[in-house]
Amino acid sequence: MKTKQQPHSNFTETARAKAVEKALKDFEAIIGIETHVQLATMTKAFCSCAYSYGDQPNSCVCPVCMGLPGALPVLNSKVIEYAVMLGLALNCKLSMNSKFDRKQYFYPDLPKGYQISQFDIPIATNGFIDLDLPLEFGGGHRRFGITRVHMEEDAGKLLHTGTGNYSQVDLNRAGVPLLEIVSEPDMRTGVEAAEYAAELQRVVRYLGVSNGNMQEGSLRCDVNVSIRPIGQLEFGTKVEIKNLNAFSAMSRAIDFEIARQAALYNEGKADEIVQETRLWEEGSQKTVTMRKKEGLADYRYFPEPDLPEVILTEEYVNGIRDSLPELPDMKRRRYEDMGLSMQDVLFLANDVNIADYFEATIATVPDIKLATNWIMGDIAAYMKNEKLSINEIKLSPQELGELIASIKSGTISGKIGKEILFELMEKGGTVKGLIKEKDLVQIVDPVEIEKIVDKVITNNPKQLEQYRGGKTKLQGFFAGQVMKESKGKANPGILNKILLEKLNAKS
Amino acid sequence: MLSSVQNPRFLLIQCRRSKPFHHHQYPKSIHAISQVQSVSTSLPTSEIQKIQKSILSREKTARQFAEQFLNRLRLTEPYVKSFLHVSKTVLNEADEIDRKIDRNEDVGPLAGVLVAVKDNICTADMPSTAGSKILENYRPPFDATAVRKLKEGGAIIVGKTNLDEFGMGSTTEGSAYQVTANPWNLECVPGGSSGGSAAAVSARQCVVSLGSDTGGSVRQPASFCGVVGLKPTYGRVSRYGLVAYASSLDVIGCFGSSVADAGILLQSICGHDKLDATSSKREVNDFTSQFVAKDYFESQPLKGLRVGVISETLGDGVDQEVVSSIRGAISHLEELGCTVTEVSLPSFSLGLPAYYVLASSESSSNLSRYDGIRYGNQIVSDELSSLYGGSRANGFGPEVKRRILMGTYALSAGYYDAYYKRAQQVRTVVQKSFKAALDEHDILISPAAPSAAYKIGEKKNDPLAMYAGDIMTVNVNLAGLPALVLPCGFVKNGTASLPVGFQMIGAAFDEEKLLRVGHIFEQTLEGCSFIPPLIADELFKC
Repeated sequence: MKTKQQPHSNFTETARAKAVEKALKDFEAIIGIETHVQLATMTKAFCSCAYSYGDQPNSCVCPVCMGLPGALPVLNSKVIEYAVMLGLALNCKLSMNSKFDRKQYFYPDLPKGYQISQFDIPIATNGFIDLDLPLEFGGGHRRFGITRVHMEEDAGKLLHTGTGNYSQVDLNRAGVPLLEIVSEPDMRTGVEAAEYAAELQRVVRYLGVSNGNMQEGSLRCDVNVSIRPIGQLEFGTKVEIKNLNAFSAMSRAIDFEIARQAALYNEGKADEIVQETRLWEEGSQKTVTMRKKEGLADYRYFPEPDLPEVILTEEYVNGIRDSLPELPDMKRRRYEDMGLSMQDVLFLANDVNIADYFEATIATVPDIKLATNWIMGDIAAYMKNEKLSINEIKLSPQELGELIASIKSGTISGKIGKEILFELMEKGGTVKGLIKEKDLVQIVDPVEIEKIVDKVITNNPKQLEQYRGGKTKLQGFFAGQVMKESKGKANPGILNKILLEKLNAKS
Repeated sequence: MLSSVQNPRFLLIQCRRSKPFHHHQYPKSIHAISQVQSVSTSLPTSEIQKIQKSILSREKTARQFAEQFLNRLRLTEPYVKSFLHVSKTVLNEADEIDRKIDRNEDVGPLAGVLVAVKDNICTADMPSTAGSKILENYRPPFDATAVRKLKEGGAIIVGKTNLDEFGMGSTTEGSAYQVTANPWNLECVPGGSSGGSAAAVSARQCVVSLGSDTGGSVRQPASFCGVVGLKPTYGRVSRYGLVAYASSLDVIGCFGSSVADAGILLQSICGHDKLDATSSKREVNDFTSQFVAKDYFESQPLKGLRVGVISETLGDGVDQEVVSSIRGAISHLEELGCTVTEVSLPSFSLGLPAYYVLASSESSSNLSRYDGIRYGNQIVSDELSSLYGGSRANGFGPEVKRRILMGTYALSAGYYDAYYKRAQQVRTVVQKSFKAALDEHDILISPAAPSAAYKIGEKKNDPLAMYAGDIMTVNVNLAGLPALVLPCGFVKNGTASLPVGFQMIGAAFDEEKLLRVGHIFEQTLEGCSFIPPLIADELFKC
C-alpha cells in the first residue's frame, strides 16, 4: 500500500512560493476554471434511477442510462430548477429559450456514444461571483466573471484492474445531472483560483443544489493556466490541469504550473509550452503531461432530437428568484454590518451549517459577541479535535443560546458553563436539566456565602494570622478554599467582597 | 445464425416435406390445406371487429382464429419470409383469452388479434435485432410502450418481422438475415423498411402489424403489398422502445387489411407516454366511431371535402400506370362528393436531399451506442479503438455504414452549416408549405411511391435510385404530418398485376379525418380485391 508521504513539506512549499513570487515579478498568469457540479437530485437527469456515491457498481442503472436500444431520455425538471437557481446566484443572464445538444465521442463509460449537454445556447451566461480572500492570503474583495453555466449528464466510470489486462465499466454515475460552470480567465494566482472554487462550493451548498464534495467528485475543477510577460496583450499558450481533488491542490498545482512556464520562458524555451492536458500528481507535487494537442477534437454537436426545447417563463424564474436563500456574499456583508471582524465573518459564513448554527444561537440569545466567541472558541476546537462537523455535535444551537443566557443571567458561572459545554457537545441534553441534575446554580446569597467564608476562616487560623501579618497574597488561597467549599458555585464577585471584609476586619 | 429465425426455418422444413414448391417459384395458390378457415368478402372489412364479435359471442374461439392464422403463416412463410422470429406461445395466449371469456372477464378490444411487430420495436420476451447482426440474439429487458399497450388490449404478438437493417432501406433487402418477398409476386420486393410487417398483413399471416416510418417505411411497403398503411402524426405514438433511426422523424405506424383495422390498431397504441418526451399530450379522439357501415352512407358522403392533389407528385419520374391509378382514385373521390383541385408544393423536391441529410445525421449519432461494450456482437481485441472499429465494421451492413458515414460528414465541423443546418432550414420551408396547403385543403393526395413493387435485386446496388423512390413520402416525415396509404388500383406485371396505393396527408393530429375518408373510400371502391393470388383461393374457399 501507499507509504505515508509528506508531499507538501515546508521546504517544497517555500521553494514553490519563492519561485512563483519571482515568476510573478515579470509575468502575469491568466487562469480560467471549468467546474462540474453534480446535482443532488433524487433521480438522474433523464431517468428515474436514484444514485448515490459508493453504491455497488452497476446497481443504479436502467435501460435509459445504460443506453439500451429504444430507450429515451426524459428530463428531470429539478435539473432546470437547480440550473436556474445557480444561474441567478451567479448573477447570470438566463436563456429563456435553450435546448439540449449531443456531444459525440466514443468511450466505454459513455453508453450512448454521446453526452447530452448544451452547446451554443447554455441556460445561463455572463455572470459573476464575489468573494473575500482569507486574511492569511492578504484579504481583499474579488469579483470573477462567469462565462456560462450549462446542464449536462455525467459519464460512467472505468475501473482499471491491477494487472492492467482489462477494465470494467460502472454505469452508476452515467446520467447523473451536472452543471458545468465556466469562468472568465480572471484569476491571477493559485490562491485566487482556489478561492473561486471554494466560493462556488459555498454557493452550491448554500443553494442546496449539490453536496459540493470534491473527494467524491461532486465538484470537479479543470484549470486552464497561461502566462504572459507583464505588459503583453496577447495571451500565452494555455495548459489544462486535471485531477485536482482539493482546493489546496488547485492552488499548488497552479503555482507549480506558473513557475514551470516562467522557467521555460526564461530559458528561451517558450515554444515548449504547448496546448496540452497535464495531470496534477499529488505525490511528486508536479504537473505531468497527460495528452497533447487535443484541441482539434470534433464533437459533432447537434440539437438533441429526443428532448423538447427548454423554455423558461418569467413567472417560473421569478418564483425561483423569490425563494433563493441568502447567499454567502450577502451573508458576509450582513455579518460585517453586525460588527463582526472579517476573520469572524469568514469563519462563520464559510460553512452554511455553521452560519445556520450561529444564527439559530443568536435567535435564542441575541448576544452576537458571546455566540461568536463560544462557536469560534471551544466549539470549533472540539469539532477540530473530534473531527466532527457542526451538525454532528450533540449541542443544539438553542441549548448553546440557553447556556449563554444562563451565564449572562448569573444562574451559572462562566467556569461551570465551560465545564458543562463539553458534556453537552458529547452527550447532549439540556442546559436546564444539567444545572438541576448537578445542582450547579450559582450561589449569590451573601448570607450563604458569608457562612462558607466564616467556615473557611475558622478552619485556617494559621493562614489568617499570616495574612493579617501582611501576607495579603493569601487572599487567593482563601478565595480558592471558599470556591472549593461551594463546589465552584459561589459568585466570585460577592465572594471576594465578603472575604475581604472578613479578612480585614479587626477582631 | 439467430435463434429467432429457427422457427421460420423449421416451418420451411415442414413445408418442404409436404409441398412441391421451389424457392422463388410463384405458387398459384395454396389450396392443399382444407382445414384453414377463411375470412373474406370482396370489400375490406375489419378483421379485428370480426374477431372481437366472434369470440365474445362464442361463435368461434380465440384459439380457432389463432390456428387459422398460424396455419396460413406456416404455409406462406417459406415463400414470403416476413418473420425473423415467430412466437411459440400464441396458442397458449389464445387459450388464456378463451378461458377469460369463459369466466366472463374483460379481454380487451384486441383480444385474440394476432399482431406482428417490426423487429426494431422492443419486445421483452422475443429477440429484437432491428435486422442487424450487431444486435444478433439481443433480447431487450422491456417492452416498447406500443407493445405494452397492445398486450394490455388483449393482442397476441405473433412474432417479429423482417426489415431493412435499423429501418434504413426501401426494399427489406437490407436485412442482415433474410430477403422478404412480396406476396403478390415473390420475385418482387415488398418495399421497406417495414417490408416484413406489410407482407405479413398482405399474406394474412397476422391480422394487423406494427411498422415504423422514418421516411415512408410504412407507407411505401403498404402500397407495394396492397395493404393499408397508417403513418401517425409525429408524437402521436410513443417511440419508447422503438430502436432509433432518426429520432425527429421516426414514428411507429400501423398496417391492416382495412382502414378500420389500421385505425383500431392506432387507437390502442397512441397517446402520451411519460417515457417519451416527444410524445404529444393531446387528447386522443375515438377513431373507431368513424367506421360507419356502408349501408348508412349518403349518396355523396364526402361532399364538401376539399382535396388537394400535389401537382409535383404526378409529373416526370412517376410511373404512368401509377399516375393512372391515382387519377382513378381522384375520380372516385370526386364521385364521393369531394372538391378536388391541384395544389403546388414548390419545396417538394427539396425534401428528399434534406431528408437524407437529416436522417443520416441523426442516425450517425443514434447508432453510436452500438459499440459492442454493453450488448450486441463484440469482436475480440486487446485495444479499444480496434474493438470499436472491428465490432462496428462486423456488425453493420453496407447501407447502415453508408448512412453513418454521410451523417458523420454532415455534422462535422466546417460542414455543419452547409448540410445539417441547411437541411433544417429546408425542413422549416417544407413544414410551412404543407401548413399553407392544408389551410386550403382538408387533405392532400399523392402517390405513395413513384412505382409499384420492383424486382428483388433491381436497386440493390444503386442506392441513389432507391433513395429517389422515397420522394413521395419523406416530406410528410419532415413536416411530422399523419398520412394514410390505401390500395387504389393495380399496375400490370407480366401476366399478373401489382397493387398501387395512394397517399392521403392530413393536418397534424387529424388522423380522424384521414381514417374517415379512407374508410369511405375503401368501402365504395368496387371491383378491386387486394388479396394476393398466393392466398386468394384459400381465402375464398369458404
